[in-house]
Amino acid sequence: MQKINREVLLEKAVALLESNTVSCVLGWRAGEFDYDVTPFVFTDAADLKANFVWNDFCGANFSKYLVAKTRKHEGKILVFLKPCDTYSFNQLLTEHRFDRERVYVVGVPCEGMADINRVKSIAGDGISKIEFEADAMAVSTLYEDAPIRVSYADALSERCKNCKSKKHVAYDELLGDAGDVIDSNRFDEVEALEKMTPDERFAFWQKELSRCIRCNACRDACPACTCEKCVFDNPASSLENKAPANSFEEKMFHIIRAFHVAGRCTDCGECSRVCPQNIPLHLLNRKFIKDINEFYGEYQAGAEVGSRAPLIDYTLGDLEPGEVFDRGDR
Amino acid sequence: MQMKEHKPLIVAFCCNWCSYAGADLAGNNRLNYPADVKIIRVPCSCRVNPMFVLRAFQRGADGVILCGCHPGDCHYTSGNYYTRRRMALLFSMLDYLGIERERTRVEWVSAAEGAKFAATMNDFVETVTALGENKRLEDLRCKK
Amino acid sequence: MLKCSLQNVNAAFARIAESMKLYLPVDRGDGKTRFDVWSEGKEWSTALNTERSAKDFFFPQTENLMEFKTEGKKIEVIDIREENEVFVIFGVRACDVRSFDILDRVFLSDPVDSFYKNRRDHGIIVSVACGKPAETCFCSVFGIDATSPAGDVTAWRTDDAVYFTANTEKGSALLALIGDLCEECGTEAVDAQRAKTQKILEKLPLKDLDTKNFGGGKTKEFFNNPLWESLSSTCLGCGTCTFVCPTCQCYDIKDFNTGNGVIRFRCWDSCMYSEFTKMAHGNNRLTQTERFRQRFMHKLVYYPENNEGIFGCVGCGRCLSKCPISMNIVKVMKAMGGNEND
Repeated sequence: MQKINREVLLEKAVALLESNTVSCVLGWRAGEFDYDVTPFVFTDAADLKANFVWNDFCGANFSKYLVAKTRKHEGKILVFLKPCDTYSFNQLLTEHRFDRERVYVVGVPCEGMADINRVKSIAGDGISKIEFEADAMAVSTLYEDAPIRVSYADALSERCKNCKSKKHVAYDELLGDAGDVIDSNRFDEVEALEKMTPDERFAFWQKELSRCIRCNACRDACPACTCEKCVFDNPASSLENKAPANSFEEKMFHIIRAFHVAGRCTDCGECSRVCPQNIPLHLLNRKFIKDINEFYGEYQAGAEVGSRAPLIDYTLGDLEPGEVFDRGDR
Repeated sequence: MQMKEHKPLIVAFCCNWCSYAGADLAGNNRLNYPADVKIIRVPCSCRVNPMFVLRAFQRGADGVILCGCHPGDCHYTSGNYYTRRRMALLFSMLDYLGIERERTRVEWVSAAEGAKFAATMNDFVETVTALGENKRLEDLRCKK
Repeated sequence: MLKCSLQNVNAAFARIAESMKLYLPVDRGDGKTRFDVWSEGKEWSTALNTERSAKDFFFPQTENLMEFKTEGKKIEVIDIREENEVFVIFGVRACDVRSFDILDRVFLSDPVDSFYKNRRDHGIIVSVACGKPAETCFCSVFGIDATSPAGDVTAWRTDDAVYFTANTEKGSALLALIGDLCEECGTEAVDAQRAKTQKILEKLPLKDLDTKNFGGGKTKEFFNNPLWESLSSTCLGCGTCTFVCPTCQCYDIKDFNTGNGVIRFRCWDSCMYSEFTKMAHGNNRLTQTERFRQRFMHKLVYYPENNEGIFGCVGCGRCLSKCPISMNIVKVMKAMGGNEND
């Protein structure tokens, strides 16, 4: 369960909106059920009070919305950012994608977000109500008389299990306590894949990527993907294709998608969260992050504004491409 | 049935200022390298975007090699340094997806190194021939 | 009505698979279900529905239409159409069965889409009644009875047996194949199961979704509604909703240059994409709000206008569970229909 509750966020948002410090609030809006919250631009305090939510399903990273919303809305935008979102925020600032002065960031501590698919795998389908209790969610369904208790640890999404940082690297105001960068095991899965034989790796990715329906959600949700016109949408690029016509197209799209954000990806995990086919796309991005760390020194995109991304940088003594495979750990 | 020996198709992206001239020199010196190598001239090795490499494989290449100026000798000062980082990451990613790592290579060949150019190509063609046809990054539509 | 005990079901699948391809929902091992070709050892999933809809069988995501070969100034056009083989899709839910009717009205009306018709003519649909609908289900809103789906054959699955009844000649012929594995029976067990499911359907949270405000002739009423702007304000513009939707039918036709010829193919398109219906003069929907509006207007106004009031949605709930930002047709209908407090 989140330590800071809805009322604290709501009070802050209403105060800032009513004092005209901000003109609108980027927050989460209640849905039909207790888990389907939608990102929403609130402009009205009454609407906020009625529909604003903050719970364990507020996973969406708002940073990318700022690119479009700062162009559209006058005045300052209040945005609630979780620690991992602030890395994306800084990365976008580094790339001059929006004006920092137009945004009022309220940092919200995060205890990790839940994945509704995990909840459903425990409680079953037909969820009619979710109550957030201190140690577990009480999930009522159409099929069970008593609510089923699902612990927050069991409901935790994959990306949050491997959380890299509870530290807010950008904010105007922080609710709750400041967190720290934490040790994570986020490269374990990548290492496991590296240890496989090429045949096994090929089979693994063939199986995963064959499910791709090319909905582009991974790209559209990615806070690092902010090109005005994506090559994959541009008929003049000769790359435009709306469908994964065969296994080559699938691989090409995902290699290039991950490559385009290599060195800029903050590992926020939005790509895997939004994938309707549950493809572990973050494993492609993390491979690049792990390689960059090993080849060119530790680098965390978005940790600070203005840092030079590894792919637009070099040193005279860089590793040769041919040496990539000669290193002892392979 | 005796299998027909597979003749590989190799795409070599060569920098205009060094290895493209190196290929010329190899020719002038009557140094042999297989005709399976198709050279594509680029203004700098850094012009080669990862998409070029993938596209070459899609269109039937069995191996892709990039040749550029030696580090420090780039006509544009630093292009090949960027190439070095990009291709290191791309090749590592291809390997991660289970694609044979020997199918891709980067070599630094200057305009004076005709012999190195020919030797590099001979070696690369031999390596790729041993690997056989590119099956893992193929697009069957292009093989009809 | 025929009864086939659950022990005999695999034998029935084997019998059908002897003479034609049999597709059925199979668990993928990660909690998701997909249609797969049956072979010995594959179990019919008990999951409510497949992750992707069944429209793929008749309207696949990509489909080659023809090929061109050029030699000098000569162009050869190669017709690559082939007569389909008969196949069975087993275990289609009521919502997806209805989606075929919606697609038929598009692809089988004049001019008939021969690629679609070819598949449709050769497909035998065995539907299966729902036993455990989810909270995201709202097919009843569109007049679909989840306890008694259409299709060539309707099946009901209980704890110990599967019950079949044929609705068409194709269906009777299919059931004749497995006749010796089944026994004739009355409708008691099925009636009991239907009654049980009906009770659950009564409790579904979205069952009272109101459609009366929508339908043909309402274009002017909804088109300039300012709500489109706020509803779409955080839409990512991805194609998830359209690609998991069993009734989305838009496609694009493109040429692929193979280096030694051209393949003309079609693939699903999505009104959420910036390149949707792009023409020589440019694009007629320049903002995400306009593209978002297109999707819902198509389902709720334009389609019924051209098809005797039938809505272009079947209430399968896939978009509800798949949208990255949880924006969906239910939220749009509630906001636009003015009955947000239901």
